[in-house]
Amino acid sequence: MNIIACIKQVPDTETVIKIDSTGRDIETQGIKYVVNPYDEFAVEEAVRIKEKNAGSTVTVISIGPARVKDALKTCLAMGADKALHLCDDAFLNGDAHLVANVLASAIRTLPHDLILVGKQAIDDDSAQVGSALASLLDLPFVSVINRLEITAESKKARVQRDIEGGVEVIESSLPAVFSCQKGLNEPRYPSLKDIMMAKKKEIKEMKASDLSLDAASLQGLSRTRVVKMEYPPKRKEGIKLEGDVNEVVQKLLHLLREEAKIL
Amino acid sequence: MGKGIWIVAEPRDSKLPRVALEMAGEARRLSGGEEVGAVLIGHNLESSVAELEKYGVQKIFLYDHADLTNYNLEIYSNLLSELVLKESPAALMMAATTHGRELAPAVAMKVKSGLASDCIAFPAENAGSLQCIRPAYSGKVRITMEYTGDGGPKMATVRPNQLAMGEAVEGNKAAIVKMEFQKPANVRALLQETKKPESGEMVELTEATIIVSGGRGLKEAANFSLCESLAKALGGAVGASRMAVDAGWREHKYQVGQTGKVVTPDIYIACGISGAIQHQVGMSQSKCIIAINKDKEANIFKIADYGIVGDIFEVIPVLAEECKKMRSGVCA
Repeated sequence: MNIIACIKQVPDTETVIKIDSTGRDIETQGIKYVVNPYDEFAVEEAVRIKEKNAGSTVTVISIGPARVKDALKTCLAMGADKALHLCDDAFLNGDAHLVANVLASAIRTLPHDLILVGKQAIDDDSAQVGSALASLLDLPFVSVINRLEITAESKKARVQRDIEGGVEVIESSLPAVFSCQKGLNEPRYPSLKDIMMAKKKEIKEMKASDLSLDAASLQGLSRTRVVKMEYPPKRKEGIKLEGDVNEVVQKLLHLLREEAKIL
Repeated sequence: MGKGIWIVAEPRDSKLPRVALEMAGEARRLSGGEEVGAVLIGHNLESSVAELEKYGVQKIFLYDHADLTNYNLEIYSNLLSELVLKESPAALMMAATTHGRELAPAVAMKVKSGLASDCIAFPAENAGSLQCIRPAYSGKVRITMEYTGDGGPKMATVRPNQLAMGEAVEGNKAAIVKMEFQKPANVRALLQETKKPESGEMVELTEATIIVSGGRGLKEAANFSLCESLAKALGGAVGASRMAVDAGWREHKYQVGQTGKVVTPDIYIACGISGAIQHQVGMSQSKCIIAINKDKEANIFKIADYGIVGDIFEVIPVLAEECKKMRSGVCA
């Protein structure tokens, strides 16, 4: 099996997000970057499938500036075999159209039976690239999977996911693209040995020209643009009630009826 | 550029979810007098047609076929993109449900549309100059998006419970366009089974108007019965903090927060939840937040409209009992 995991490097979940002076992006200074948590599920699942299917290869792919190499190294330490860094200024600051097109161009050059992505990146939260990528590659796609069974011989996958008000079980032919939800697995922490071993693994760089893409026209692929970025309205600290349980409950219900008018 | 604003309504078990009517209302507001259209795909859609008509939709493209009973990405995205390319509406809205969030990017690619995900507001006055406001960085910021290029319709997925419910338009009649459908051969991913929750299970979190969530303060799985009793008394759903889910007290589908669901109910009651930033991003857009926590310094109180400083094991039973009385019509 040739398994590909697409990952993104994103600010750590603890990051205090500050809007920069352009008012359209965030301040990047001092940010600690990590592998997008949902992409870790994708990498972990890819490695587990490889471990069960002898002769398999896991390739991780990421788009981004030089710092993205750190994220790729983490994935190599988790057990991926190869890493591909799509590194070109022309790839940056685009929407899902651009990202999916660049990824698709790279993936077309590689053998692939299974492509795993995170269900969404926790920076832009768009959750578009998996489905967009599958559409461009003309492959089946299932989002937010939390269970995956592969039958390598018959080139089939059986996946499960939670939807509103139920659980869906879907069977798909391979190759296919799946986006990974929490619950699929518990991503491993690489050991020191894994980290040392990963240093020997190759991170290949590719630019627009290596993918036969015209850097100048790439930006035109994006079909949305950020007009402005703002903080959400701040919630005010409300009323805190303390004291006798029966009294505070009565006070609360009174406030909900008379002040908030929601009961 | 096309005309009119469309919504894609996804009926579930032949019923329209509330978000479809929220979108219908918003589409009417944004239409600027142009046509409000809807695409309806499924089977046994009579009541859904009637509802869309009631909420002011003027034209309905109807794909009603037994083989369309279950959503299928390949089939639905092909139908939608063919229709959109032929009719070229100016804008297309879909619900930000699991299916909608998967379907919209596939259609957007095929018709070369810009797509804004999980929108919570549309500040523009008409569909032609559509802008979308959507949260990013787990809700730590809000982005206003606009569309570029000259591709297909401006597309957006819309988060449930964010837009005002549409208003009924008396006497409105919709033109119904019955669409042909033939089941394609070679569909590569097929639904095998949909497991429905056992009867008595509560409302879906993202659509619930009242949510009672439990966290570390509950101490063990069995004590979630406290949250369940309060939710039942209020007719709401039960959520959980990440800690409660990681401890195995509750399944992941009930998790509210960064690696769980973003919920926007009318009332959110946080029981024994300290209110870490990762939890807040999942619930801070609720209309009214009530916190019950022993620790009066807990972060949750900083964003709660109403807080009770107290032991959840004492407070919840009393609150549940009073709510039960209230709902059964006995004045407290």
